[in-house]
Amino acid sequence: MQELERVGQGSVRVTRKSDKLVIVEKDLATEQMVLAMGPQHPSTHGVLKLECLTDGEVITEAIPCLGYLHRCFEKCCENVDYPAIVPYTDRLDYLSGMNSEFAYALAVEKLLDLEIPRRVEFIRVIVSELNRIASHLVAIGTYGIDLGAFTPFLFCFRDREIILGLLEWASGARMLYNYIWIGGLACDVPADFLKRVREFIAYFRPKAVELQELLTGNEIFVKRTYGIGIMPADVAINYGWSGPMLRGSGVKWDLRRNDPYSVYPELDFKVVVPDGKLSVIGDCLSRHLVRAVEMEESLKIIEQCIDKIPSSEGFNSRVAIPKRIRPKAGEVYSRAENPRGELGFYIESDGKSTKPVRCKARSSCFVNLSAMKDLSKGQLIPDLVAIIGSIDIVLGEVDR
Amino acid sequence: MSTTAFSQFSMPLLMGNSLNVWSEALVGFNIMGLPLGLIIIAVIPLLFIALYSLTYGVYGERKISAFMQDRLGPMEVGKWGILQTIADILKLIQKEDIVPTSADKFLFVIGPGILFVGSFLAYAVLPFSPAFIGASLNVGLYYAIGIVAIEVVGILAAGWGSNNKWSLYGAVRSVAQIVSYEIPAAIALLCGAMMAGTLDMQQINVLQSGDYGFAHFYLFQSPIAWLPFLIYFIASLAEVNRAPFDIPEAESELVAGYFTEYSGMKFAVIFLAEYGSMFMVSAIISVVFLGGWNSPLPNLGSFALNTWTNGPIWGAFWMISKGFFFIFVQMWLRWTLPRLRVDQLMYLCWKVLTPFAFISFVLTALWEIYVP
Amino acid sequence: MLRIHGLLSSGSEKLPGLNLTIRFIPGKMEEGKEVSRSVQESAAAYKIIQERFGTAVSALDANETMPFFEVLESGSWFEIALYMRDHAKLKFNYMACMSGVDYPAEGKVGIICNFQSLALLNHKLAVKVKCDRDGGCIPSVSRVWHTANWHEREAYDLFGMMFTGHPELKRILCPDDWEGYPLRKDYKVQERYHGIKVPY
Repeated sequence: MQELERVGQGSVRVTRKSDKLVIVEKDLATEQMVLAMGPQHPSTHGVLKLECLTDGEVITEAIPCLGYLHRCFEKCCENVDYPAIVPYTDRLDYLSGMNSEFAYALAVEKLLDLEIPRRVEFIRVIVSELNRIASHLVAIGTYGIDLGAFTPFLFCFRDREIILGLLEWASGARMLYNYIWIGGLACDVPADFLKRVREFIAYFRPKAVELQELLTGNEIFVKRTYGIGIMPADVAINYGWSGPMLRGSGVKWDLRRNDPYSVYPELDFKVVVPDGKLSVIGDCLSRHLVRAVEMEESLKIIEQCIDKIPSSEGFNSRVAIPKRIRPKAGEVYSRAENPRGELGFYIESDGKSTKPVRCKARSSCFVNLSAMKDLSKGQLIPDLVAIIGSIDIVLGEVDR
Repeated sequence: MSTTAFSQFSMPLLMGNSLNVWSEALVGFNIMGLPLGLIIIAVIPLLFIALYSLTYGVYGERKISAFMQDRLGPMEVGKWGILQTIADILKLIQKEDIVPTSADKFLFVIGPGILFVGSFLAYAVLPFSPAFIGASLNVGLYYAIGIVAIEVVGILAAGWGSNNKWSLYGAVRSVAQIVSYEIPAAIALLCGAMMAGTLDMQQINVLQSGDYGFAHFYLFQSPIAWLPFLIYFIASLAEVNRAPFDIPEAESELVAGYFTEYSGMKFAVIFLAEYGSMFMVSAIISVVFLGGWNSPLPNLGSFALNTWTNGPIWGAFWMISKGFFFIFVQMWLRWTLPRLRVDQLMYLCWKVLTPFAFISFVLTALWEIYVP
Repeated sequence: MLRIHGLLSSGSEKLPGLNLTIRFIPGKMEEGKEVSRSVQESAAAYKIIQERFGTAVSALDANETMPFFEVLESGSWFEIALYMRDHAKLKFNYMACMSGVDYPAEGKVGIICNFQSLALLNHKLAVKVKCDRDGGCIPSVSRVWHTANWHEREAYDLFGMMFTGHPELKRILCPDDWEGYPLRKDYKVQERYHGIKVPY
């Protein structure tokens, strides 16, 4: 006689009457539901797929599935010359192409041991900081959308549009620039460029405050992000987090300051970390605030660069570009602070070829996203959305 | 019969504030035994919903949101894009009527219907003007609260019938939300009903008319009335799934919630129902707290602004503009606020709005008893 | 109304959660010396590891761009990793990158890990671990650094080396049923994938 039989997760008690099994008692069977969030979903920021095991609204496990945007970046790199990789790097993190190019150029220049003209360095910093602001604007705007606030998104895009216009003016392209080349730039910036950048800074400062009043000043926004997805500092480091994510966890770590490159040592800016007064250190709100305040720091950097930049007289942006790029045999791991964290390039050269033997992009989003499984445990679906948004992934960089 | 009906019908156009004359005239308006007048009464709210949804609901919302967001909104079709809605409707009509293969076909089809019927039936007791009301029930307010809640069934049918996990989430959330928010909403309206001493929508309006215009409105009649007013407004946002309580259709979480699988005309019907109930809750709040079709202007000495701006036509004007004002506030909130989380929504309902609704209920009762 | 700019100021050098101060390193080359300061630091860190593990590790390649050593006995990689992370003078708490590399001439595939003692001691070091091309195994360090989890999956996906002890070693960027390891030098793309012609 069967007394108890497990069916699914509910239990059924049966008894035998004459020769039939009769169900005497039945618990409510609850089953976990598999919910495929993505690859087509409004708030996975591209083609990320999260396989969620849900118990009602509670996520018991969310497993990220990647690769929908895998374009064999690293294989492509092994088949083209060093300068030809630059356009590919744009397509890694397509929201901050300048920064990706900058990181790649730095890596190859380190391998080549090149001396870069000062004006080139300053222009690189200006355009990459502009791009950092544009990228943070997208991050903040889409984060607003994730939480249901539509208007900040359009305010962000309105201002980002101006930056894209400026960068288009300099490079000829709106997102995939191919502007920062190994050893130099594709061309000098247009004559009035720096003046326009200054005008943009004057325009953008009040707009940034307005944006923050709309988001951080909103009780609902704070309620939705405060204390959600907390990542302690040591775990964040162990996960390899970098950039605003790591700073959001309270670790004062910025490669521009702690492993400086280009002209950053000469510039005065703050490394932004939350102090726990407005947010719980390491939660979604902290990460959002870090991005918001970092835009202001980027504006400061740009202003200083405009003040310090050498004049364009007799300037040739391509003067230091080697005729033929064939680094001596060796390896390099070089990284730069991207809007989303540390973008590193591991490049191995055999000294004979004009193509790298191995070129690996250490993508910040890929590493940041790997913590998703831990972060999402026991969260509600809306919180999961808030957490993904705060990680600020660009699938182009995750999947490469 | 028909001649008297006609005389009844033609007379009140020139008359002042006599109650329900148009609608009563229409009730008696028969041609060859066909109750044509009744049909006209039924068609008027339908036409109103359709027209207002097309103009103010869709085009207006798009333009209002655009101006709030520093952009232009639709500009391509016609001057300032005024024909955009027509183009949208044409597109929706041409769309293939898709029913997913794994959907429960009956529920899937009937869902939008129930939704729309629920929202449309409430218009029966809506006093559009002193001279016109679909059905002057003596339990009008009660009926309106009840019938709007029928939408829950439609949402559940649509969400469950779609056989889509996101739709199911949306439907479940929606039911939990609407059923919960019914309570503070109903209690808040009860405060208004207590002040009036009647549930008849038309009577509630009549009781709020007077020479001093807005001063007779229940919102200004008692020092506590702002509390149920606010509670009902917040709860009504949740009942019609508007931001910041639009979690059943939270596009960033649940793709589109309970209508994820809908397209074409079925989608249009869901949309129409949503706009229908948006106006309905706005109209209820105007009737109960802001005097419905009464003019807010006071009589100032020889400038009898109140008297000049009252009457059947003016009444309709005030009713509709008050409703539109609240819809504008709903839009304004929608394009400003982020969305609450499910548990925060429930917290707000059960731990904030419901206790305060009870408090305002008791206070209003005390006010009504002890203050003449 | 909002003073987040002021509230978020970064005045103190103390790290919340870590309770350790950051040592600021300018990272500039010191004049008149052959090797830069960062390489010296790497060499010092390497010395500690070498004293403990002896012949299990190779000599340090103290180049300027990326100083590294190789783990000769790949079986001891996990112990070395733990030692690197936990030793008081090493504290490599941050795995910046792990890159798989193919060495067809040696018949090996390997990984290169870049470490840093983030916000603690700030020194950097790279480690190479190699294994046989066919059926080679490297101990997984995903329990030492979480970063390694996905990076090891990626290296497995693209190079085909196994990581023993990895919690879920499966492909990450390519589909689960993909054939071959795309980043190997002798990789030939498969003709068809689910009936779709692959080489275009």
